[in-house]
Amino acid sequence: MMHGRAQMNIVIVGHVDHGKSTVIGRLLADTGTLPQGKLESVKENCRKNSKPFEYAFLLDALKDEQSQGITIDMARCFFKTAARDYIIIDAPGHIEFLKNMITGASRAESALLVIDVDEGIKENSKRHGQMVSMLGVKQVTVLVNKMDLVDFSQDVFEKLKADYSEFLAQIKVNPVSFIPVSAREGDNIATLSERMPWYKGANVLQQLDRFTSDKQLQDKPFRFPVQDIYKFTRQNDDRRIVAGSVAAGSVSVGDEVLFLPSGKQSAIKTVESFNTTPKHIATTGDALGFTLTTQIYIRPGELMVKPSEPLPEVGTRFRVNIFWVGRAPMIMQKEYKLKIGSARASVKLAEICNTLDASDLSYSNNKLQLDCRDVGECILETSRPIAFDPASASETTGRFVIVDNYEIAGGGIVIENLSADETLLQRHIRERENNWEKGLIKAEERELANGHRSKFIVFTGVGGTGKRSIAKALEQGLFSNSLKAYYLGVANIDRGLDADLGYTVDNAGERLRRIGELARIITDAGLIFITTIDDADDYDIETLKQLNEPSDILVINVGENSFSRLQPDLHLPAGINVADAVTEVANMLKTKEIIIDYQI
Amino acid sequence: MDHLDKLEAQSVYILREAYREFKSLCMLWSIGKDSTVMLWLARKAFFGHVPIPLVHIDTHYKIPEMITYRDRIALEWNLNMIYGENREALESKLTFPDGNTDRITCCKYLKSEALKHTLSGELPRYRMDHGLKRYVPDEGKEPYTGVIVGVRADEEGSRSKERYFSPRDKDNVWDVGDQPPEFWNQFKTDFSPGTHVRIHPLLDWTELNIWEYIEREKIPVVSLYFNQGSGTRYRSLGCYPCTNPVDSASQTVPEIIDELKSGRLSNIAERSGRAQDSEDGGLETLRRDGYM
Repeated sequence: MMHGRAQMNIVIVGHVDHGKSTVIGRLLADTGTLPQGKLESVKENCRKNSKPFEYAFLLDALKDEQSQGITIDMARCFFKTAARDYIIIDAPGHIEFLKNMITGASRAESALLVIDVDEGIKENSKRHGQMVSMLGVKQVTVLVNKMDLVDFSQDVFEKLKADYSEFLAQIKVNPVSFIPVSAREGDNIATLSERMPWYKGANVLQQLDRFTSDKQLQDKPFRFPVQDIYKFTRQNDDRRIVAGSVAAGSVSVGDEVLFLPSGKQSAIKTVESFNTTPKHIATTGDALGFTLTTQIYIRPGELMVKPSEPLPEVGTRFRVNIFWVGRAPMIMQKEYKLKIGSARASVKLAEICNTLDASDLSYSNNKLQLDCRDVGECILETSRPIAFDPASASETTGRFVIVDNYEIAGGGIVIENLSADETLLQRHIRERENNWEKGLIKAEERELANGHRSKFIVFTGVGGTGKRSIAKALEQGLFSNSLKAYYLGVANIDRGLDADLGYTVDNAGERLRRIGELARIITDAGLIFITTIDDADDYDIETLKQLNEPSDILVINVGENSFSRLQPDLHLPAGINVADAVTEVANMLKTKEIIIDYQI
Repeated sequence: MDHLDKLEAQSVYILREAYREFKSLCMLWSIGKDSTVMLWLARKAFFGHVPIPLVHIDTHYKIPEMITYRDRIALEWNLNMIYGENREALESKLTFPDGNTDRITCCKYLKSEALKHTLSGELPRYRMDHGLKRYVPDEGKEPYTGVIVGVRADEEGSRSKERYFSPRDKDNVWDVGDQPPEFWNQFKTDFSPGTHVRIHPLLDWTELNIWEYIEREKIPVVSLYFNQGSGTRYRSLGCYPCTNPVDSASQTVPEIIDELKSGRLSNIAERSGRAQDSEDGGLETLRRDGYM
């Protein structure tokens, strides 16, 4: 048995006073959704106060209505046709309510854009069109309202239709239809109007019922943002479950899967769900979990895909469209937090290509920041690679938000991957090295005097494996051999050099950069620089390696190896005897000709 | 996917998002049908487990069947069950049944205040000890920074303005006029120190959806929802001095569904049996003060 009637979210947008509330009031009245006698009592009230009845008054009168099935307020209201149930997300036209509008429209499957035929295209007719486009609402119908004010003239209608179509085409909105209506009089809302015999299309209700709910995601390549990894050991449960919701496509038991950006591979062993019949396949929209055939170390935030299908992009630099609603502007140089799919990364605004002023539709190429309500084509750079699709290929994995100071301050879609370009980091290092002021002592002279080469040694692995004890003992051992070594506890940086940074994901990139810059200086001074980093991944090490150039880096992993492609220079088991570990490291340093001799 | 599948998937996604992002998280369980469905959805999200503590505010005026049911389910489903209470107000008899306050003030003391201070850790919490099968004082005093609440948008006006992830400031105040945007499936999961976030996985469900889902999943709900021969049943549960049953012959879940769809309850408000709503300001006033 099919449970629950089909439902569709629609958003009604448009400029202030172009008639959104009247359209809603009309839809409620004409679908028989209103409580008994409500319409009559509002009309009676208008008569008493000798003002003309408007359907918008009906909405006001219904605001506190609490009868079953309809709750009317500024946010949403419900009505039904024979085909299905509708939730109208009323998006107030006032600019202060933009955040409510975004919230509503991003949940909508279709949109009605209301435009006053007499006033024509106004600021919000454009701005809302732009937002509907960016938010990915594909099915748009334009209601050309107040036709009664222009004597139901086909010419006036066609003129506005042509003008508005031209604008909408620029922002990539192709309306399904234009319907001439008079919401106040009821023309073309629930029945075709006799006063516009020239109009042969669908009325509003027919049009709504023709919209489809199917977003065609089922046939796209499989995309599964890994939301979490669960291992609940209570009641002897030993399943290790990769949990999330299928964003597109489908996957079956036995399918090979690939995790990006880590590049790890496995295959689906089981599809996990609670209180259902056993499942062998997971399809778009399902919120469930998987167990894998092999034990691999993956983290929340990866994108699980099928290697047999077109792969998503992986990169750190990409062109995007951003809609900014933050109180503070979005500026260059500052680190923000990016959320895309289940991934989070720190991100910087690298370039603003152009911004669109929706009020006059003018493009500006010289803005240095995105102000509240700006729509901008920009280039973003994350501090580590993320996996994504261009929104044109797979919308659910091509959308992101930007968090500024705990608040979602902007949202956008990815246009293309630009990872082949020089990154901000590469440019920074190139400029740094070009301007590096050298002293009078050559590196070789230092090596000769110190009796060893300089090196940056990083101990990696999960926390609690004893790597700090080993690192400290290594410093002591090298020191007793009269070698110039220095161990830095990362906590010292948190409270010192990084005291200006909070410990959040937004500035993970900056914290890493500072360690790399320190290594650059200390290795330049000729020292063996030793530190530890918990849970480093391939990309962290790659970043440190680049920052430390022209000197080199040695990676010693303690405990389980969580790198995907990177080969550490040395592996040590967790909990290894400290003295043995130091000897192993010293031997490696000799092999690599960093030090000449080492006495225990 | 049918409509219930979609609602279920969205709620599961929200619960997992909350569990991932909030280190100190709890779920409010009022014992009513909505939050019981939410508890069931947590079992869906976490594959039979409920890794989140459940908090119940006990006014000590709850209908006794509710408490019996709560403790039976807590033991059966191995729940981390916690209750809190406003002992001071109860001991000094500052309640409506004692004749010392009006209904709204009683709600404020026994529910809103008790909730606020139980969440913040200022009032003692009591935890079900699964070995002893009774409640013992809980050691945990840490404030909850994420609170999962089973409100539905269709219940009444103020609830329809909620977001899935809705911030509350230091004083529990909800700024309805300036809420963060929710783009697609990205919610407010970052919060500044001292504030907390309320999470609403059931926002898009209707009363009918709840009953259809209870029927589909065969979720056990408290017997008070059914007519047991008296020709009445409870439609919404609360404290016995302020909650009245409605006239209804429904003895089973399918009968309730039928009654809601086309029967005599299809045009009567769900909370019509809750007396505090009709007092001055009603639920909107209570909610601004931190009521669920």
